[in-house]
Amino acid sequence: MSIELENIVQKAILEAIETAVTRVPRDVWNALNNAYQREQCERAKEVLRTMIESVRVAAKERIPLCQDTGLPVFYIEIGEQFPIKRRVLEIVKSCVRKATELGILRPNAVDPVTNRNSGDNTGRYVPITEVSIVDGDRLRVTYIPKGGGSEYVSRLYMVSPTRGFEELVKRVLEAVVDAGPKPCPPTIVAVGIGGTADIAEKVSRRLFVERRVGERHRDSRVGELEVKLLEKINSLGIGPAGLGGSVTALDLWIDYGYRHPATFAIAITFSCWALRRASIEVDRYGHIYRDPLDFWEPP
Amino acid sequence: MAVFRIELPIENRGVLKEMRVGDTVYITGTVVTLRDLGHRRAVEMLKRGEKLPVDLRGLAVFHAGPIVRRVGEEWKIVSIGPTTSARMDIYVYDLVKLSGVALIVGKGGMGVNARRACREFGAVYVELVGGTAPLITKAIRGVEAVYWLDLGVPEAMWVLRVENLGPAIVTIDTEGRDLHEEVMSRAYEVVKSLV
Repeated sequence: MSIELENIVQKAILEAIETAVTRVPRDVWNALNNAYQREQCERAKEVLRTMIESVRVAAKERIPLCQDTGLPVFYIEIGEQFPIKRRVLEIVKSCVRKATELGILRPNAVDPVTNRNSGDNTGRYVPITEVSIVDGDRLRVTYIPKGGGSEYVSRLYMVSPTRGFEELVKRVLEAVVDAGPKPCPPTIVAVGIGGTADIAEKVSRRLFVERRVGERHRDSRVGELEVKLLEKINSLGIGPAGLGGSVTALDLWIDYGYRHPATFAIAITFSCWALRRASIEVDRYGHIYRDPLDFWEPP
Repeated sequence: MAVFRIELPIENRGVLKEMRVGDTVYITGTVVTLRDLGHRRAVEMLKRGEKLPVDLRGLAVFHAGPIVRRVGEEWKIVSIGPTTSARMDIYVYDLVKLSGVALIVGKGGMGVNARRACREFGAVYVELVGGTAPLITKAIRGVEAVYWLDLGVPEAMWVLRVENLGPAIVTIDTEGRDLHEEVMSRAYEVVKSLV
């Protein structure tokens, strides 16, 4: 049974990887189309139309939407009663190798000392995995391809804790304008607050898994700030592809963890307009669960 | 806004001078991919007076790293599109000066060195839309050659035959005018008024 389950898990994860790089989630599809409706600038509209057409062709012909399939990032939830817990990370790694071999993923893992590309998307700390143990008998794997262009403009600030939120507004706007056209706007901006630098980063990046475009923070004070800050970003005129226009970000999300009296860490992470994520679940009997409603399906 | 259809290698560089920011270009002919480590190597070789594997004179350099599949003896481009050009700005002046490249294709804008290179050597920087690889890949007619695979697949020098690659938007023209600089200087003004 365990070998059989391993094969099922491997197939399921490979499917999630392929889905993630060739399709966009439904919330992103809707956001792009809303942006197209709302955009006034002619050139910007043309850029958005090209993006929407690209999503359509990628989904239909199963071509990676962006040649940069990113560094492989996995969020893994392992149910306490899921049998082959110890094997999961090894299976994830083998899936990444297989997907690279099949030409679904571009080999992106580079040794920083020698500049040598490993050729199979694995290496020290790659694939990037965040594992948690949860209740139940299912394994849930979410794959997020994180491209280099949007990662290049990430920001981390340790600000004065008594002025945390004033600083946050200022730093986010500065980060967006410094990023300019580089991260493929209209972007999705994820802001994490924490007591330590690493938790701020973690909170910020988890938003790409947890949140959907248009969904506000459950704490209405934070939710209102998200709306206000998004409006400010969209008043900058950077626009799609940074060629001018009124849609610079599709959304802005904020989340937080508790801080230390002396610290207020702010991590700002960007996703390009082509936010890609796909999840798949397998239970202890090898049944696969996917949410087809989460993906835009070409007619 | 004018539309240009050009063939590479470019015979009459005068046409580049007619291009203005905001114009649209469709490219047919040979384009050569070159990104981060490739730029560094190319510029170092040119500075030592060495020849590159491909003479870039009159061709286009494409800031891109493809996904490829090997089919028998042939390479198939599965997916290709532009990468963020700003990282190549530190090499672009020397590259244009020493190689005679005519067109730079990328996305996300460049910087002061690109503006200077385009102005002094009559080159043009054009952009494809990031994340539109499925559309861009359709313009690839074949792989003519590949060099520097020791840098890895994304950073190797892929010599590609393309047909009607575009629409690419001119964002830096031969006068050194930069569309992004204009958009961004307004954005910086707005930020100043907001914080």
